[in-house]
Amino acid sequence: MELSYTVLVLIIPVFMFLFLGIVGVKLSKKAAGLLGTTAMGITTVIAYAAALTYFFGADQGQVVDGVRQQLTVLDITWLEFTKNLVIKIGVLLDPISAMMLIVISTVSFMVHLYSLGYMDGEKGFQRYYAFLSLFTFSMLGLVLATNIFQMYIFWELVGVSSYLLIGFYYTLPAAVSASKKAFIVTRFADLGFLVGILILSFYTDTFDFITLTSNPQAAISTAGGATFLGCSVMTWALTLIFMGGAGKSAMFPLHIWLPDAMEGPTPVSALIHAATMVVAGVYLVARMFPVYAVDATALDIITVVGAFTAFYAAAVACVQSDIKRVLAFSTISQIAFMITSLGVASPELHHGVGYMASMFHLFTHAMFKALLFLCAGAIIHAVHSNEMSAMGGLRKYMPICHIAFLIGCLAISGIPPFAGFFSKDEILAAAYANSPLWGVWLSVVAGMTAFYMFRLYYKIFWWNNPDYGHHTPHEAPMTMTFPLIFLGLVSIVAGFIPFGEFVTWNREEYIIHLDWTIAGTSIVIALIGIGLATVMYRKENDIPERLANQFRGLWTAAYHRFYMDELYQFITHKIIFARISKPIAWFDRRIIDGTMDLLANVTNSASFAVRRMQSGSVQTYVWFYIVGAVAVAAITIICLI
Amino acid sequence: MDYSQFLYMPQELGLLVVFLLVFLFDTFAPRRCQSSLPVLTVVLFGIFTVCNYFMMVRGTAFSGMYESTAATFVMKAILNVGVLIVFIQSIKWANSEAMAVRRGEFYELLLLTVFGMYLMISSRHFLLFVIGLETASLPLAALVAFHKKRYESHEAAAKYMFTAIFSSAIFLMGLSFVYGLFGSLYFSDIAYQVVNNTSAMLVVAIAFVIAGIGFKLSLVPFHLWTADVYQGAPTPVTSYLSVISKGAAAFAFMVLLVQVFGAAYSKVWEWMLYAIIILTITLGNLFAIRQRNIKRFLAFSSISQAGYIMLGVIGANEIGLASLMYYVLVYIVSNLAAFGVAFAIEQQSGKVSIDDYNGLYKTNPWLSFTMMLAMFSLGGIPPFAGFFSKFFIFLGALECGEVSIYILVLIALINTIISLYYYLLVVKAMFISPDECSIPNFRSSCGERVALTVCALGIILVGIASCIYTFLVETAQDGTTMFGLLN
Repeated sequence: MELSYTVLVLIIPVFMFLFLGIVGVKLSKKAAGLLGTTAMGITTVIAYAAALTYFFGADQGQVVDGVRQQLTVLDITWLEFTKNLVIKIGVLLDPISAMMLIVISTVSFMVHLYSLGYMDGEKGFQRYYAFLSLFTFSMLGLVLATNIFQMYIFWELVGVSSYLLIGFYYTLPAAVSASKKAFIVTRFADLGFLVGILILSFYTDTFDFITLTSNPQAAISTAGGATFLGCSVMTWALTLIFMGGAGKSAMFPLHIWLPDAMEGPTPVSALIHAATMVVAGVYLVARMFPVYAVDATALDIITVVGAFTAFYAAAVACVQSDIKRVLAFSTISQIAFMITSLGVASPELHHGVGYMASMFHLFTHAMFKALLFLCAGAIIHAVHSNEMSAMGGLRKYMPICHIAFLIGCLAISGIPPFAGFFSKDEILAAAYANSPLWGVWLSVVAGMTAFYMFRLYYKIFWWNNPDYGHHTPHEAPMTMTFPLIFLGLVSIVAGFIPFGEFVTWNREEYIIHLDWTIAGTSIVIALIGIGLATVMYRKENDIPERLANQFRGLWTAAYHRFYMDELYQFITHKIIFARISKPIAWFDRRIIDGTMDLLANVTNSASFAVRRMQSGSVQTYVWFYIVGAVAVAAITIICLI
Repeated sequence: MDYSQFLYMPQELGLLVVFLLVFLFDTFAPRRCQSSLPVLTVVLFGIFTVCNYFMMVRGTAFSGMYESTAATFVMKAILNVGVLIVFIQSIKWANSEAMAVRRGEFYELLLLTVFGMYLMISSRHFLLFVIGLETASLPLAALVAFHKKRYESHEAAAKYMFTAIFSSAIFLMGLSFVYGLFGSLYFSDIAYQVVNNTSAMLVVAIAFVIAGIGFKLSLVPFHLWTADVYQGAPTPVTSYLSVISKGAAAFAFMVLLVQVFGAAYSKVWEWMLYAIIILTITLGNLFAIRQRNIKRFLAFSSISQAGYIMLGVIGANEIGLASLMYYVLVYIVSNLAAFGVAFAIEQQSGKVSIDDYNGLYKTNPWLSFTMMLAMFSLGGIPPFAGFFSKFFIFLGALECGEVSIYILVLIALINTIISLYYYLLVVKAMFISPDECSIPNFRSSCGERVALTVCALGIILVGIASCIYTFLVETAQDGTTMFGLLN
């Protein structure tokens, strides 16, 4: 197969990881960084070549009867349990994986480049680039997986690299606890994922995505209507698999790790916690969508979780004061948009447009959210603080960053012609097609998005600048501004991509046509949000203060993220640790360990007792030998007669 | 006589060529060239091992006394890998001062035993089998006594000799019963007649045959020579005894029990093996816990490992055969790694006690790391090869689906935990025990490093590269008549 060179996008990063990990410390920082970035550049070129060949290349069987085909360009059998249940390692190219190839390689390359400037002079620079390579490898492996088990392996690898990168500043206690929190919460969710995989493969007897999705009805009917606690086992399997996705994609109530994950270096937040890893959950549901589509209950759960998270995160984002936390909650909210869009998509409604919209938004969001995070990184780099109170008036000092950030804000708010407008409009159209409730709900959240983004924008770039002291903030170096310019341009034009021609749920072409009633409403709502933000935050005034006092309780609750972390703390410490773990620990220590100690002592004394057998005298040996041989024969004869 | 039938035994012929070349070099080469003999042997044997992969033939020779199949071919190839590693490991030792005039003997005798093992694996007639068995045993007695001036070496050789003779006697007695019952020593003849025979004599015969091979495999209660001999013999010989000799015996054992006595009523031999496996694994473990001498420790650990190997035999199916071959391969790399490290340290400092390994990690990190890999693999910790080999061998045993086998596997699993305890003791000594290390930092010889690297890579990769196991399963299913009678 001609496209089999795609596998290089996995080999190059993993090789770079091993190389930089093992001999990186012997290289100079500059060499390690340049090497990592060059390798990523090559990977990006290959990824683009593969994706573009897949979409536009001369027909190699990509399109049959107007349907884009799923090509397995590499297929290695790894473990064979039964004839059907086989674990394979392979590379699958289809519209969504090709699209993800572009997203991941673009953002990853930009972040590699950006980090040359941002991480300049940091201790462990080589380690940083090794981890970035590991992450790129894992993420690409995840999207190219041909079966759910391979995806699970890379899924965990992604989790590990995220853990390593969040805890990159391992001397800071906050970073360490944040990395632990991220790992444990997502790992907990992955438990559900694994159980889901096991149930699914037990009933369908396959791990393979193509087999699962090409005839989901058949796959589901093999479960034979088995039920558990009133739901069919398939619903359980799909919901548990979604739980894994919800953990990675930070859906309520498993979102608590993402805001803390901002302790990592900002380029990492841009790459992992905004553009790529956190959309793995969306990708997972999209990958399995044909199966989900025949199970209405599972889709409903997805819709409700997504819609609630979108609103919740937007509400919290409105009052946060840390620039990266606002962006983190905004990310949660936007991913929830994508999840909801998948939930409301159904093949009968509107050509299943929700699926296309979700993938479209994933694409545009990756670009403009990476842009916003990288801008935030440049700002933090300039003022050495994450708090908005330390910023203000920066538009004079950092013009490029200012324009780029404004583009990002306009894109996320859904103002035409920026990218976010087109994708968000499709999501709203899908939501209205499903039910007006979800349509209105998401429209409100879209308005909130515009509000909190412009609140952020004004506070950073317009307010009176605090005393910057000796060092006035200045524009970042070229390695950092180039990614901003590039991603800014992409955020302007990405909306004009005729996305429906490439990615749809049934892989047939679909022409997007803007529904101007919905588009118009959403523009108006976005403008209202922006207007409100302008009134309240254009300049320092006491309106926000007065409003906050008016709704003191609500404001405080939102500022403390509705006490979700405290709730978790309470449940884990007061209930699980004190009421459940402690008695279990006692039982473990006294009863189990006691039994084990007893057994160990018995073993030990037995070993002492038998020592006489090994006397060292060869006569004894022969004696044992002949008695043994005869005894074996005798016992067998006696037993058989 | 039809000489073309020799073509069915290319591996034996190849080995003989290697042996003759080494022998001629040893005899006629000028004295100053003598020290290149070990390297020459390694090179020749290496070439032979590689060429092996192109020598695959199937067929029988000498009116059915000898048979070459896909399975025998792979078994011999696995042994070759082990022998090559032992040869590489011992280059420096063979070139040492004390070995000056005898290094040729070491390699020649070892090559001869390999020849005997080949015959054991391929023979389809008990006469040839006994010749193979003796060829594989007797030179080893000379090798155990190789340290002429060391008392322990003599004692070990004497013990080995006595027990070997005794076991041969028992084995031959069993064979005479077999001949008395069936009037033939051909495997196939016996296999056909064994089906309807319910005499007690057959049970005794099988018990004696098991005892005879049990000696080579050091199965309990035929194992008592093991620890003394392992401790007294030179370490390269010990590693050869514990790995290659045992692996070959396991292969031969499988062929013998399944092909010859496989169809005996009620599967008599399975019940004998059942008891022996439990005894072997458990007693091997109980003894290993108390050992402080690294070679004695490895001796008992290898006894209990032999019990696990036998689990592959008891399943008596293709999966069992494949798992057995896989287990032996993994056991070769793991145990040779352990012996390699012990040998390097013994060579350098003369230390053989596990207590001397305290804090070894600080002075010799790479050696400790390799030893740790070996211990993890022997203990069956994933993702190392030992985990997969144990997993597959249990799988092969469980395949036959009898309740008694489930109990057996359960006992084996419990014993795995006990074995983990003493394997981890070694790791603990090296990495955690705080003592000042009595072994200084040193650089082991080139040969040792090559051998250890090969072993370490094997431990890490053999398990992950699933194609190896798949290949072995295919080999086991490859048109052998081995299981024909059972199915």
